[in-house]
Amino acid sequence: MKTFSISKTVMYALISIYSALSLLPMLLVLMISVTDEDAILKNGYSLFPEKFSLYAYKLIFTGGSQVMQSYGISIFVTIVGTALAILITSMAGYTLANKNVKYRNLLALYFFITMIFSAGIVPWYLMNRSLGLTNNILALIIPSLLFSPFNLFLVRNFMNGVPDSLRESATIDGASDITIAFRIYLPLCKPVLATIALFYGLDYWNNWWNAIMLIDSKELYPLQFMLLQMQSEISMLNEMTMLAGSSDITLPSESVKMATAVVTIGPIIFLYPYLQKYFVKGLVIGSVKG
Amino acid sequence: MEKKRRRGFGMLSDIRRNGTSYLLVLPAMAYTFIFGYMTYPYMLIAFQRFNYSKGIFHSEWIGLKNFEFFFRSNKAFTVTFNTIYLNLLFIIFGTLTALAISLILNELRKKLFVKISQSMMLFPNFISWIVISYVLYAFFSMDMGIVNKLLNQLGIAPVNWYTEQQAWPAILTIMHVWKGAGMSAVIYLATITGIDETLYEAAEIDGASRWQMCMRITIPLMMPTVVILMLLSVGKIMYGDFGMIYALIGDNGTLYATTDIIDTYVFRSLRQIGNPSEAMAVGLFQSVVGFILVFGTNAITRKFFKDGALY
Repeated sequence: MKTFSISKTVMYALISIYSALSLLPMLLVLMISVTDEDAILKNGYSLFPEKFSLYAYKLIFTGGSQVMQSYGISIFVTIVGTALAILITSMAGYTLANKNVKYRNLLALYFFITMIFSAGIVPWYLMNRSLGLTNNILALIIPSLLFSPFNLFLVRNFMNGVPDSLRESATIDGASDITIAFRIYLPLCKPVLATIALFYGLDYWNNWWNAIMLIDSKELYPLQFMLLQMQSEISMLNEMTMLAGSSDITLPSESVKMATAVVTIGPIIFLYPYLQKYFVKGLVIGSVKG
Repeated sequence: MEKKRRRGFGMLSDIRRNGTSYLLVLPAMAYTFIFGYMTYPYMLIAFQRFNYSKGIFHSEWIGLKNFEFFFRSNKAFTVTFNTIYLNLLFIIFGTLTALAISLILNELRKKLFVKISQSMMLFPNFISWIVISYVLYAFFSMDMGIVNKLLNQLGIAPVNWYTEQQAWPAILTIMHVWKGAGMSAVIYLATITGIDETLYEAAEIDGASRWQMCMRITIPLMMPTVVILMLLSVGKIMYGDFGMIYALIGDNGTLYATTDIIDTYVFRSLRQIGNPSEAMAVGLFQSVVGFILVFGTNAITRKFFKDGALY
């Protein structure tokens, strides 16, 4: 059985190469971030840093930098937003999966309509403006994904799989809907809740749409948006120092840029292995059997 | 018994009986009402010269002028074409890559290897397009980028990639596949795992090779899923990936000819040029065509794959 086969070897090689290519670009960014600025300017970007330097990271993490400010905003928005989103989604999911509720399909349709027919970005923007959700930390939390119908249907489908007899026996024991929802259903639905937590969490963490649309003041820039702004600002600063002719300050623009990008994905790497085991399962349940 | 007797009372009695359940769904309903249903009236501003201080009910009505402005400009064709063309490239190459990966992973079936490679492939999916724009810059920067360094070693003059219009559809397609194919491959692989194992056992008894099994069992049985996912993407072909295009191209006007899509155009009209009415008119054009496409593709899906239609 275990003979050497060329086709298998080729397949292993192809997958290995593809997997490596998935990580390699990020590795390049990481390497640039720890390369000495002069070495970058002299030799260009390289996977193998000629001269190692943590200067960029020191600059980011000290001295009231914009990065730390934005980090705080992003963390706050992600935690609060994700928690609220999960609460609302799972509560609604419970009702849509509750077979005692006669109009659950009508309710599902109510959510479904907004999922397939959205008015687009202009009404979204004007709505937020009229609600006063501009230049305000709530503008980063409330309008985006507090409630996404797709995640609702994921939860509902998962909860549909919980046997009805559980609810019935709990009702006979005198449990209310609230008790059944929070004490029986939610613990049973951990995999799907972890999945939507990851969806919502990533959406909040990586979100810059809300900032580009609704935020003007720098103190409220989330990390991703700050990253977007930084590229243009640093190049502008560089030009200015060049014009002023002061050569004693070197702005570590290249390495700082890349270091900030690396810092941005920090939490994702941290959560990655933990959430991944739920992720694939939840994704499959939602997309294939939905 | 109780249920049957009460059916006549309809919704009110159901709300009384399952009050708590209705209470649980209320926040989501309110949210959907505000951010879903209440946004619809704003679409009317496509027919107005909208004025923020006057609001939607008192702004001046100007009929189809906003649409005229868009369609008379040479931009209308460019952005529509770019949106559809880029999406087609993304769909075709994304699907093919994901399909190939999932078929190969299915053949290998070495648990640890599959698991590790999957984790690696999923990684790009989790990082934002903005971070990816930094990655891209590391490759294509004029004087420091890896690509120009390689060209230099081959004795070819460096290229200023950020002004090369023709290169960008290809670059964007590669980046799109790089970010998303791992995720799609996981979905496809799940579909393959769902295929009835006895089919393979029967084929093995009949002396079929792995290659034959793949061609005669796996691929045909996967086609419904593949076609459904493709049709879904085709339905959304009028909607470009704003997050991707804006993060990677930004306000780089020299690349607009090949990369400007409806979504970036609408964004600019709204936020940078500050003409919400024209932005809405273009958005409405996008929605109407998109709506027709979604329903059209769903009708096709329903016809050919009864179980696969979304609604």
